[in-house]
Amino acid sequence: MAQLIKIKVTVNDTVYEREVEPRLLLSDFIRHELGLFGTHVGCEHGMCGACTILFDGEPVRSCLIFAVQANGHEIKTVESLGTPEHLHPLQEAFNEKHGLQCGFCTPGILMTVVPFLEENPHPSEDEIREAIDGNICRCTGYEKIIESVQAASEKMSSGK
Amino acid sequence: MKPAQFDYFAPASVEEALDKLAELGYDGKVLAGGQSLIAAMNFRMARPGALVDLNNIPELSFIKPTADGGLAIGTMTRVHTVEHSPEVIKRFPLLPEVAHYIGHAQIRRRGSFGGAIAHADPSGQLPGIAKVMNAKCLIRSKDKEDRWVDAADLIIGPFMTVIEYEDLLTEVVLPPNPPRTGSSYQQVARQHGGYALAACASVLTLDEKNQCQDARLILMGVGEMPILSDKIKEILIGQEPTEAAFKTVGEAVQSEIDPSTDLNGTAEYRRDLIRVLVPRSLALSLERAKKGS
Repeated sequence: MAQLIKIKVTVNDTVYEREVEPRLLLSDFIRHELGLFGTHVGCEHGMCGACTILFDGEPVRSCLIFAVQANGHEIKTVESLGTPEHLHPLQEAFNEKHGLQCGFCTPGILMTVVPFLEENPHPSEDEIREAIDGNICRCTGYEKIIESVQAASEKMSSGK
Repeated sequence: MKPAQFDYFAPASVEEALDKLAELGYDGKVLAGGQSLIAAMNFRMARPGALVDLNNIPELSFIKPTADGGLAIGTMTRVHTVEHSPEVIKRFPLLPEVAHYIGHAQIRRRGSFGGAIAHADPSGQLPGIAKVMNAKCLIRSKDKEDRWVDAADLIIGPFMTVIEYEDLLTEVVLPPNPPRTGSSYQQVARQHGGYALAACASVLTLDEKNQCQDARLILMGVGEMPILSDKIKEILIGQEPTEAAFKTVGEAVQSEIDPSTDLNGTAEYRRDLIRVLVPRSLALSLERAKKGS
């Protein structure tokens, strides 16, 4: 009999209570239990960065954390950023600058860049490259992603 | 890719964790930051019967100055915290310099300092860095006396340490460096954040005559575990630290390393990298030692 553990997790400001098996990954919990499919699952061993979320405000891999470990913690996923009608300035910038093609890596990149721009509102190109070195994109060649982050930093610091 | 079933325990104190580890015996496995262990479990390369999670034990996260001018770092202190700690930057600039190359930012936020050492991954940086910094590791368990183990004696093979299943590495103490000590890290990897094909770190201390009072060198990615060089001591201690002497060290350590060939590079290539990286690291350490940092 598999052990079942009761957890209470705040995801995008909503409190969820569930019973989970210890082996359930946080990424699968977010997708399968909560139906938040914005968090993508690529490699499931910490290499690709597609599943990056904010755990108590810090960007981490949700495939390298068990759901039980999120008990009592606060999670933010890409769904917390904006809506199709009201995009987050970072999402707007990705849209305008063609920062995505297939879009698989995009949620992970957005959730990596949001806290990065909070800490460093005017990053250099090198700093941006380093910030996203844990996120693999196989479409864009990264140039458009960098441009998008630069555009977002301008938007966000001018308060638009 | 999903982990096999296991039982999960999240003790709230070190004492509780030690009780649980003793009770579980061989089935129990410590879960620290999880950035290596959970990946291995997702592949089912690791199938522990039970995990004892340290993430709910606040007393394991700390960076405290020691009376002699060193630092004690709790096992669950995140690599990111170590990397940005003013105390660490001031006393042991080698650590933030190396931490920058460990995985990616998201891994460093979660990965733990003690966990990385106890995991003893031959391609990881921190086990080797602990060795070259003469770190001392506190190992505790329910039924045995607390014991202090030198980092150099901790690792006995790839992913193997003297830490037994009922034991817990609770803290790592870094002894202070004498004045006029400089250190540096060099690596070559296919991409930033990727595993190093070869890496080394050196620590040089100069005496009042500008000769080498102490010289330590760790070689990584070129053997089954990080290799602490003996040759460097023979060549440099009591001698003038010259460019020629540093080159000699790069040659001499060839007999100490045993690199292997894989997709990313041949053994020969790794030997060449060491030949280049060692003098480079020593030159940088010398420059820093002269500045007294």
